[in-house]
Amino acid sequence: MHALSIKDLWKTYPNGIEALKGIDLKVKAGDFFALLGPNGAGKTTAIGIVTSLVNKTSGDVKVFGHSIDSELEAAKAYIGVVPQELNLNQWDKVFNCVVNQAGFYGIRRREARQRTETVLRELQLWDRRGETARNLSGGMKRRLMIARALVHGPKLLILDEPTAGVDIEIRRSMWDYLRTINRNGTTIILTTHYLEEAENLCRHVAIIDDGVIVEDDRMSAVLRKLHQEVFVLNLRQAVDIAPKVNGFDVARINDHELEVEIHKDQDLNSLFSALSTAGVEVISMRNKTNRLEELFVRLIQRRENERDQEQVVEEFNL
Amino acid sequence: MDFQHQLIALDTIVTKECTRVLRIWIQTIVPPAITMTLYFIIFGNLIGRRIGEMGGFDYMQYMAPGSIMMSVITNSYGNVVSSFFAAKFQGHLQEMIVAPMANWVIVLGHVAGGVVRGMAVGLVVTIVALFFTPIEVQHPFIAVSMVILTAFVFSMGGMINAIFAKKFDDVAIIPSFVLGPLTYLGGVFYTISLLPDFWARLSTFNPILYMVNGLRYGMLGVSDISIVRAYVIILIFVVGLFWFCMYLLNRGVGIRE
Repeated sequence: MHALSIKDLWKTYPNGIEALKGIDLKVKAGDFFALLGPNGAGKTTAIGIVTSLVNKTSGDVKVFGHSIDSELEAAKAYIGVVPQELNLNQWDKVFNCVVNQAGFYGIRRREARQRTETVLRELQLWDRRGETARNLSGGMKRRLMIARALVHGPKLLILDEPTAGVDIEIRRSMWDYLRTINRNGTTIILTTHYLEEAENLCRHVAIIDDGVIVEDDRMSAVLRKLHQEVFVLNLRQAVDIAPKVNGFDVARINDHELEVEIHKDQDLNSLFSALSTAGVEVISMRNKTNRLEELFVRLIQRRENERDQEQVVEEFNL
Repeated sequence: MDFQHQLIALDTIVTKECTRVLRIWIQTIVPPAITMTLYFIIFGNLIGRRIGEMGGFDYMQYMAPGSIMMSVITNSYGNVVSSFFAAKFQGHLQEMIVAPMANWVIVLGHVAGGVVRGMAVGLVVTIVALFFTPIEVQHPFIAVSMVILTAFVFSMGGMINAIFAKKFDDVAIIPSFVLGPLTYLGGVFYTISLLPDFWARLSTFNPILYMVNGLRYGMLGVSDISIVRAYVIILIFVVGLFWFCMYLLNRGVGIRE
């Protein structure tokens, strides 16, 4: 069973901009799915169509088998959404904000209150239940939006940049919470600009660029497509120049750090033994950038280059 | 969602809207009371004494139903237009759009808020009027039904305005340039029998004339127009505007990209 199934989805805005150009996407029930792409790629438009905030131009969207064309209300009942923009009623109290949302899903007030208490406690907002939304910090507002999206127990949770502007401690606690609800059976679709977040949380990833899906696979399979990685090595002793290591590009960052580019077919053992022979002692290492980020940037750059080339060819033909 | 769950959703919106009206009562209930007190003092007491009788009643008595209806119209319209536009502007209307509520629930929920405010203000203005003139309600059912139906019509008018509004200026244009003139020309302060033939006939195209006279008939037992005709016209507006609201929401006009 697919939690979300999108087929040949097109969206052209009245100003002529084609935000989506026939995308296909399938998200399995229970999955933790990342939908990534640069700004303006079409992520929010796709989410908007699924949640009925944006009218589609053509195509099919089904949520747990229910078409948004013929069974919109049934499809909506499965979805909880945390939009990118803060869209709380600033004058509503935290508690009422969540209780009302439950009411919109047809949950009786008594049960809505119990559910509200549960989600507010889980998201560490129970102590702030009597305050108006406008008095909350940015991170709390984000958590309140998550609480609001979860109060009716959705089977599909769509998070559009849920941790934007949230400090690292709260972000990590939100990750733990999202992992827990995913383990308990909620399918999650996440869009984020923090690619570390997507790599940490998601099992599947789709990358959208210029209204087209350019990558759609398991996270591990996508990461394997990364042909080279750049590592930063921390050294015990200072070095004045970068040591020459056969087959590797080594560059000096500072006295105690080196940068090495490793291709997919190379192994780290030979690098370390060569460094050891050269008298360089490595005490720790890390990826220079997040692997998914590296892949994402390369993929998007390649697409941009392809588009530039196509444009040159078109101009030349003209 | 089945019908029972839709009713729970409707109850949620109605409660939310009514709570809003009561929470900001200084803005929603008090100003009309002050305005109408001034109207009764200036037009009723000071100027009215010179006018004498109108339609067989003391002028203050005659203008009371019109003043009440004017408050109901302004406040029911203002309530929905401001509430719905604020929800749209702040983005929290999305809470409702993403939920599996039927569009009639969204319309009726907001309209109920407008009707409640209209009725509350109507009641307050009636109490204010009682300080100035005795009022004996001749046909209570007609009086109450006229107020409810009128509040219903203008709440839906407010909603349509809010759906189309893109900025705060758009919310103010209709009340200032359409609603105000139509209300004042709708026989609030006078009987159309005082007007020359052409203007009296032109006035019959103003729907507010039927609402004001409907309430006047309910309260005083006199009217410039037939009460049946008033009901028919108001009901046509109720059905027509409700259909138009539904049409706009179903198409996503002003609320979906």
